[in-house]
Amino acid sequence: MASKVKWVTDIEKSVLINNFEKRGWVQVTENEDWNFYWMSVQTIRNVFSLEAGYRLSDDQIVNHFPNHYELTRKDLMVKNIKRYRKELEKEGSPLAEKDENGKYIYLDFVPVTFMLPADYNLFVEEFRKSPSSTWIMKPCGKAQGKGIFLINKLSQIKKWSRDSKTSSFVSQSSKEAYVISLYISNPLLIGGRKFDLRLYVLVSTYRPLRCYVYKLGFCRFCTVKYTPSTSELDNMFVMIINFHGGGLVNNLRLYLESTRGKEVTGKLFDENGNYFAESSLWGCVCPVMNNDKHCFECYGYDIIIDDKLKPWLIEVNASPSLTSSTANDRILKYNLINDTLNIVVPNGEIPDCKWNKSPPKEVLGNYEILCDEELAQTEGAERDLRNRSGPSIGLKGSRTRETGKTALTTWK
Amino acid sequence: MLQEETDLSVIIAHIVQKLRSSRLSTQLGFQASVSLQKPEIKLESLKEDIKEFFRITGWEKKLQNAVYSELTVFPLPRHPAAPPEHLKEPLVYMRKAQGSWEKRILKSLNSMCTELSIPLARKRPVVEQKELLNKWNEMGTDEPDLSLFRPVYAPKDFLEVLINLRNPNYENGDHLNLRTHLGLIQVPLKVKYISELKDYFIELSLNTGQLGIDDATQVPPELFENEHVRLGQKVLAEQDSAAAQQYVRQGSPTALRAELWALILNVSNQPEDLLYYEQLKSNVIQHDLLVDSLIYKDVKLTASNDDYYFVFEDYLYQVLLCFSRDTSVLGHFAYNSASPPKSYIRGKLGMEDYAVFYPPNGVIPFHGFSMYVAPLCFLYHEPSKLYQIFREMYVRFFFRLHSISSHHSGIVSLCFLFETLLQTHLPQLFYHLREIGAQPLRISFKWMVRAFSGYLATDQLLLLWDRILGYNSLEILAVLAAAVFAFRAVNLMEVTSLAAAEAVLADLSTLKVMPLLQIFLFATVT
Repeated sequence: MASKVKWVTDIEKSVLINNFEKRGWVQVTENEDWNFYWMSVQTIRNVFSLEAGYRLSDDQIVNHFPNHYELTRKDLMVKNIKRYRKELEKEGSPLAEKDENGKYIYLDFVPVTFMLPADYNLFVEEFRKSPSSTWIMKPCGKAQGKGIFLINKLSQIKKWSRDSKTSSFVSQSSKEAYVISLYISNPLLIGGRKFDLRLYVLVSTYRPLRCYVYKLGFCRFCTVKYTPSTSELDNMFVMIINFHGGGLVNNLRLYLESTRGKEVTGKLFDENGNYFAESSLWGCVCPVMNNDKHCFECYGYDIIIDDKLKPWLIEVNASPSLTSSTANDRILKYNLINDTLNIVVPNGEIPDCKWNKSPPKEVLGNYEILCDEELAQTEGAERDLRNRSGPSIGLKGSRTRETGKTALTTWK
Repeated sequence: MLQEETDLSVIIAHIVQKLRSSRLSTQLGFQASVSLQKPEIKLESLKEDIKEFFRITGWEKKLQNAVYSELTVFPLPRHPAAPPEHLKEPLVYMRKAQGSWEKRILKSLNSMCTELSIPLARKRPVVEQKELLNKWNEMGTDEPDLSLFRPVYAPKDFLEVLINLRNPNYENGDHLNLRTHLGLIQVPLKVKYISELKDYFIELSLNTGQLGIDDATQVPPELFENEHVRLGQKVLAEQDSAAAQQYVRQGSPTALRAELWALILNVSNQPEDLLYYEQLKSNVIQHDLLVDSLIYKDVKLTASNDDYYFVFEDYLYQVLLCFSRDTSVLGHFAYNSASPPKSYIRGKLGMEDYAVFYPPNGVIPFHGFSMYVAPLCFLYHEPSKLYQIFREMYVRFFFRLHSISSHHSGIVSLCFLFETLLQTHLPQLFYHLREIGAQPLRISFKWMVRAFSGYLATDQLLLLWDRILGYNSLEILAVLAAAVFAFRAVNLMEVTSLAAAEAVLADLSTLKVMPLLQIFLFATVT
């Protein structure tokens, strides 16, 4: 007799709970024997901390990787991207190609960013190159826009200056660290409004890399008209978009094709859009991620498109919000969790971490394979173009290099 | 033979007179005088040389487009002796009905005015003008108290008027027979049979490639789409209005649509147009009109609640507020059965010297009016261009959807066409719905009045509006409405109440219009 999956969560959201209940799973507490734990990032820290001495058994899975912060903490993400770029440059990969201004053609998907106070001097050098630009300060450890502010004068961040005599800023605990990024002052506006895109990416395993991108996402619009001096405000209005055509219409694509033309829009959606989702996972964090077989993770990617239709990755969230503001919003998130569970807990049965994490195509729902490393390798070079949505130049080269390498961990 | 020649010369004279006073005429004159500097223009063959010059430089094409535009938009008098009312509406009983409807609307507006003690128009104090100018681009953030305002009328009020239309010369008879019209519209208008529709919409037939069908992902683009796109680019390069209109009958590629529609509507973005728009904007800043509040209310109630159009809320204000000040719109009343409402300066009631049209453009918005503009925001992101396109769409098409006339594209004919199609081709369904108190028109009326805006998915709506422009007719709305009923016929046969029927037809957002139209017109057994 198949026993029912026992679940725990410390995130009380209906889109989660309804999905568990519809599968006939049984709710238990964390002290009992559980199979599936949808936890917050605080909880995962405790679970995997050395002191806890937690050992997960083969029939237990959790919704975060132990060191997800390599991707989801702003400073670490930037560090990993920079490391990835240097590696590619060193090995002469065509991916690391730069244009005549010295900017990366393929790897320039994150706005110029520095860590403060560590890179303060480097930042000042960059700042002085374009003194009229605006920069955005974000605390590394906080989420949901807390503590963010804009600056356009060096004096506004005097606190972080290492050389500043008045700095009492001695403690470099990671909680007070900030990243400073170039503010996208020319975002694409629709109806005169600024918006950002939310994409969902599911990673079921990092080695081999299996990640899926959800075909539906959001455009989140500002309530107030955009002006360069506006600080980040709560985005309250949400427009659901479908990235991959097919049955549902992609209104964003329709708008851009109608007003900007087919070629640039095609470039945005078919090339750039998926490319950095994949390379951010693949090149940047794969080597450093602890590929615990008990884990999967559903990330929320925040992307801003500028008025040249170039997408910029702003942030990756480990715990994307499951609150809904409209009925359609709720339906989308409900289906997102549903499809996620179908992939990571096959047939809704008691999980077995020994399985190869290769779900049949039918259960993908609204997910689309972004990268399936194993599938790509077995099917050979030509076929992998079909599985992956981005250009394949160079990536093949780095992949064969990576598989030879032993996994690096950056356990603290 | 002689009669035809006379007719033709009347038409030519008419158009020449109209174009003489247009900006194009001045531009042509200027271009001609400039061309005199050129070596290829010789005195002996002045006329031919200038004509050739116009042809090469594209000015001839512009003139052709302007003539085409005149022919398309302005109907010509059917009989030289016909009075101007006949251009608006030839049937007396229709004119009378429109007149009383207008009186009702105006009464409603005036009483709202009196109740709320708000003037129809007032000049804004300077402080208020500055404030409005500052937030011109974000009027949507305003949350004025609109609770006391109500829309002047809603489509269902209008439907009641249409249902009660009667031709005093027509005797319906007391007993039902095979030719009795079972629908709500009880006036005998001439509408096309399905065989005539098949000929009329020949480009939509099963053998002809269509965007909306043959550009689906499973169909290889070499079969139709690529060639069609190439053709579209050629049409745009030629800048030929007539060719563009013919072209979009098979649908317009997304990337070319904005330009194609502008070409068909003969809208160009000249500096004078931008200036005119700015002038309208300053009119808005200086004076506040009561209709402004109606517009705000309508946008807040309709477009702002739409999942996709809410983004464009601010653009809608910028277009509609300017629209109500645009006196050039008054020109369309020459061929609209409606007439602009008149208002009198305070204390001078009835004195024609003190009469003004109210609102200045003569169009009183009703509930859902802003949905005419919303889909256009997907094509034009520059407010003055968006404005011009909307205005042109209104004076060519949309006005017919809320005025009482016998025109084949007028709402009355569309309703009658819809009911006739349904009764002829789906008699069982029609009878069933009628029996359960769910007259089909009661459900489809709102779709047609809004030209399906807000009911269909945006990409499908734009494909539908491609065909409205292509055929210069709104009849396709009635055909689509019937096609929708045909598509959902099985479910509709099972319902037992109006509410249930409404529920079956509540969500049209997943429908694909072109297959539906093709099946209904060309693949249904008649």
